[in-house]
Amino acid sequence: MKTVAPIDTSEVRKLEETCYRIRKGLLTLIYNIGMGHLGGELSMVETAVALYYRYLNFDVLDPHKPDRDRFILSKGHCSETLYTIFSDQGAYTMQYMIDNFECLENSKFGMHTNRKYCPQVEVSAGSLGHGLPIAVGMALAGRKQKAPWRVFVMTGDGELGEGTNWEALMSGGHYQLGNLTLIVDKNKLQMTGPTAQVMNNDPLDKKLEAFGWDVRVIEDGNDMLQVCKVLDTVPQADPITRQKPIAIIANTEKGHGVDFMAGNVKWHGGGLGTEDYEHAIAYVEEQWERRKASWQ
Amino acid sequence: MAVKSTFDFDQMLSSAREAYAEELMRMADEGLDFAFTYSDNVAPSSSAGKLVAKYPERCFNFGIAEPDQVGASCGMALAGEVVYAQVMGPFLSLRSADQIHTDIAYNDVNVRLIGTHAGVTAEGGPTHNCIADLALYRAIPNLTVVVPADAAQCCKAIRQSLTYQGPMVIRIDRAGMPAVYADTDYEFTFGKAIQVLEGTDVTIISAGSPVYWSMMAAKKLQEQHGISVGLIDMHTIKPLDTEAILKAAGETGNIVTVEEHSINGGLGSAVAECLLEAGFSGRFKRIGLPDEFAVLGSTDAVYHYYGLDPEGIANTVFDLLTK
Repeated sequence: MKTVAPIDTSEVRKLEETCYRIRKGLLTLIYNIGMGHLGGELSMVETAVALYYRYLNFDVLDPHKPDRDRFILSKGHCSETLYTIFSDQGAYTMQYMIDNFECLENSKFGMHTNRKYCPQVEVSAGSLGHGLPIAVGMALAGRKQKAPWRVFVMTGDGELGEGTNWEALMSGGHYQLGNLTLIVDKNKLQMTGPTAQVMNNDPLDKKLEAFGWDVRVIEDGNDMLQVCKVLDTVPQADPITRQKPIAIIANTEKGHGVDFMAGNVKWHGGGLGTEDYEHAIAYVEEQWERRKASWQ
Repeated sequence: MAVKSTFDFDQMLSSAREAYAEELMRMADEGLDFAFTYSDNVAPSSSAGKLVAKYPERCFNFGIAEPDQVGASCGMALAGEVVYAQVMGPFLSLRSADQIHTDIAYNDVNVRLIGTHAGVTAEGGPTHNCIADLALYRAIPNLTVVVPADAAQCCKAIRQSLTYQGPMVIRIDRAGMPAVYADTDYEFTFGKAIQVLEGTDVTIISAGSPVYWSMMAAKKLQEQHGISVGLIDMHTIKPLDTEAILKAAGETGNIVTVEEHSINGGLGSAVAECLLEAGFSGRFKRIGLPDEFAVLGSTDAVYHYYGLDPEGIANTVFDLLTK
């Protein structure tokens, strides 16, 4: 993990501008490829951007550096947010991603992440409940190797219904993996309805604490300043020292940033029609102009 | 040319579960690097227990949570480790099927899943029987599936697997396995079957402990009926040595498979598919556990009940050739 100076206003604004680009790029990618999971992809934009542009020691143009920080997207169906970030950081053009998306033997990108097709992806994922056990293993390997790198893993909140997460919460806490950070993108909606109604997992903070994790809550995980203030507190733990792994609950909004998608379970997955795409892009641009105006 | 076997020796039991961990200990003592995971299934007094005690910084217990163990083993391998993961076979194949498929095989990592308690060797009834694993493993891409015939062969597989690229399952019994090979200085290559006995009337193709039982059955058939039995040790179920199968089919014209697995989906099915696609029209029989949850009893008693002992195998082969 990089050493970072405390977050300041100018960096927050730069990161917010990045989120604006990522939202537009994400919508454009999904409009062109005809499939995606926009709800969860939009909810995680701020946390993912903060990680890739401020906190992770990771170079998209040299993605297999041994000492890189590892980010595992356990909610692998939200791959297009990552692809858009990789593109924004210079690894791919938008046209290349569109041309090489799920195109049989030439595929470089899939709806679910594949580490061999896209080398910036750490783990081939898609089946839920796999990322956290893998992250625990990576963090243990980091301890064995006395490595300076850290492991970050992001799950959804609905995903926590998979029991393997709780097995890994147990082992991560048991081994006191101070080089491991879990981020729960708590957008409060899963495929068919509110998580609290489908299978409630609250009070999540208490449960994670009870499993031996150091829990931090971001009240609004779509507010960049709040995201950075919490991520700034993740210590530069060495991998040897036994200390609690960190769990960050990012309270986000599914479909955040697009008016007709926000908080709407209908936008869990699927494509995007021309009318909806044009409306969404116009809305994102309008919101960005308003945001900038508010800084004057 | 058949290798030197224990054909003329009394049965000598040796635990692959003990032997493989002794091999890992030797490898660690030689300075070779790897990680080891387990799930509350390693006794302190066992060979693996001694490995854990001597090299604690590379050994990780996941408690009773096989999917977490297998997933974490994937994570370690993605971080550059070669991982040996000892898992109770029935819980590896059934409870962790998703992790084997997605974490280990799809991510194509250097994890060696050591599935213990093959067949009914766990005893204790169907919850602890490992009878469907080969059927599952055969259908998973990237996965190499090894079923060593005896403890010494298991050690060969363990050592060679350190530098093998890609995921692997190594399937062994719970307790003692009879030694098939008197001389362990033979060539062992993943994917290349071993001709244990030469024969002219029928060829038995087997893997794991049943290789020894088949060898004893061959001895009976020769002594009692003058039947010449060839025997192939198909220690790698995937990728399958189809060349060895078709060569045997051409030479003896009759094929029998023997395995401690359901007759559905395992070695017998793999051999049958190979033969039929090649136009084989000779006699063929699968010997294994039938399509039912096994009766309760000791390992030897259950295998005897289902004809998976030397006497039962000899009777089945004799019936196939004479009826």
